[in-house]
Amino acid sequence: MMTPLNGFLFISALLFAIGLGGALTRRSAILVLVGIELMLNAANLNFIAFWRYGPHPEALTGVLFVIFSIAIAAAEAAVGLALIQAVYRHAKTTDVNELDAMKG
Amino acid sequence: MTQGLDQIFVTLQHWAVSHSPAAVQPAVSILLPVVGILIAFPALFAITTVLERKGLARIQNRYGPNRVGPFGLLQPMADAVKSLTKEDLVPRSADKLVHFLAPLLLVAAVFVEYAVVPVGRNMVLADMDCGVLFFFAAGAATEMSVFMAGWSSRNKYSLLGAMRAVAQMISYEAPLILSSIAVVMAAGSLSTVTIVEKQAGYSGFWPHWYVLTPWGLAGFVLFMIAATAESNRSPFDLPEGESEIIAGYLTEYSGFKFALFFLGEYLGMFAISALGITLFLGGWAAPFSFLTWVPSWIWFFGKLLVLIAVFIWVRGTLPRLRMDQLMNFAWKFMLPMTLMVIFSAGLWRFLPSGVLRWLICAAPIALLYVVLGRVLQTDRKIEKRVYRYAE
Amino acid sequence: MTAPFVILAILAIAGATAAMTLRKLVHCALALAVCFVGLAGLYLNLNAQFVGLVQILVYVGAVVILIVFAILLTRHDELPAQTSRTRIAGLGVSALVFALLAWAVTAGGAKFGAAGTQPEAAIKDIGSALMQRYVLPLEVVGLLLTAALIGAVVIAMEEKKSK
Repeated sequence: MMTPLNGFLFISALLFAIGLGGALTRRSAILVLVGIELMLNAANLNFIAFWRYGPHPEALTGVLFVIFSIAIAAAEAAVGLALIQAVYRHAKTTDVNELDAMKG
Repeated sequence: MTQGLDQIFVTLQHWAVSHSPAAVQPAVSILLPVVGILIAFPALFAITTVLERKGLARIQNRYGPNRVGPFGLLQPMADAVKSLTKEDLVPRSADKLVHFLAPLLLVAAVFVEYAVVPVGRNMVLADMDCGVLFFFAAGAATEMSVFMAGWSSRNKYSLLGAMRAVAQMISYEAPLILSSIAVVMAAGSLSTVTIVEKQAGYSGFWPHWYVLTPWGLAGFVLFMIAATAESNRSPFDLPEGESEIIAGYLTEYSGFKFALFFLGEYLGMFAISALGITLFLGGWAAPFSFLTWVPSWIWFFGKLLVLIAVFIWVRGTLPRLRMDQLMNFAWKFMLPMTLMVIFSAGLWRFLPSGVLRWLICAAPIALLYVVLGRVLQTDRKIEKRVYRYAE
Repeated sequence: MTAPFVILAILAIAGATAAMTLRKLVHCALALAVCFVGLAGLYLNLNAQFVGLVQILVYVGAVVILIVFAILLTRHDELPAQTSRTRIAGLGVSALVFALLAWAVTAGGAKFGAAGTQPEAAIKDIGSALMQRYVLPLEVVGLLLTAALIGAVVIAMEEKKSK
């Protein structure tokens, strides 16, 4: 049975799987970060869908959670990309397979 | 009579909707204002190009376009024919799809911005609950299009120009949004229509515009500076500085695509000026209570033309900034000032009206201005210029 | 299933797939922007106007631009694809996760979901919730963002040759 809620949950599950697959199989550190962003967004979609179709939408819990989540994802992207910058300057690559040395 | 003239476009829309078949009525009632926007603002663009060239020419002590039509007023027609018939060159190494999409995205995003701008009484396409947010969200797409244009051209100058443009637009978006936040706070709403309504009304003949408060004046000036930077106009036109990087991200564009970029930039400037009018200058309201008989849309476009004239004047007067000056100005001056404007707007809300309120609210802004001016001046050493040559 | 939902869902999924499979990194970033726009449309479709617009403003306007800058500031010779073993393992894990989630959705998701109510997230309510019930998380997020801003600048800054 496909209720509207189920449709959104399926999209979100698919997005999460795509993000996970990308994060696991791509070699560029930047794309790994992109995969993580996609997974975060899949979770956000879940929150909004449950807020819309779940009980007690007037509490706005889902919406507020997503607002905080977006703020934190922005911070995460900024710090993550800055780290990739620093690593690149040091190792001259962003290939996650080659970044295996603990010692600089 | 004046009432009818004021609402003439709204009445026309109602008339057209009621005389169309019932099945298409909702579509007609949405499409008509869209068509209105699609005609009015490009027409304004055509007028502005000739005004700008004439105005700049006068500032630079020359005539400007004067061959096509009376006083050169039909110059936009000639320009349109020229850009439509020019060859559309695409570099061989360019990313064809992205190169093609960039100008379309820019123009589409800019037109979307107009959806929340009230151009007259009852004349707004979408009265959204968060109209100001919608405007800035649509503006985010213009940054993408600039980057796409620069990157897809596969040209160092294009890429440099795009990087400069995107860095500049991101840096100046912070003060732009923060200075709007002050107004949103004072009005208690993100809806553009409500913000205009809150500024309606007069004390005697004096309007209640936000620009007539100390924080509103400072906020308006900061907003317009940020808007100039956001629309890449002189003195913030580094992304297309001809003497340094040819034409920046526009280098590899010709013919109709270049015309689209040109159109998009001007429409972006109008849109952001229109938002400034909505936020600070009372939208379509008349400046004095005894002038309210003039139709509201005339006031809106009148204010828009005045702001455009200021843009042209600034462009003819100020030299271009350097990249480091640009960034320092955004982060070390504009950002603290806008934060102080927000603080002052908060004070304004809770103080009883009177002369004292004016002084108390103006004092922190003036103080910060002086302090920032002093602090930013100290680490600037004036010494003999050293010339370095590229190796 | 309404038509806007299907179109937006396809936009989001296609954007995400392209972002994770295209070879040129800048194309990936642009596809990611498409995916975020689709997601924002889904939020608008769910009556969450504020969240949808914030999604575009923050993700398309800031995060994608940041990613693009990171791509341009690091030189990329076309990275070869992951070895087939890692690849199959990764895809297998993600397929497994999807199967699990899909099973959970079909088994338990239908408990509620009849579209009876039409909740609105009015901006006034969001504002008062942020300022009253959620004021502590709001302050913490503000602190976190400031820390992230300073941290990102410090990390990405050119290291001074001190030795």
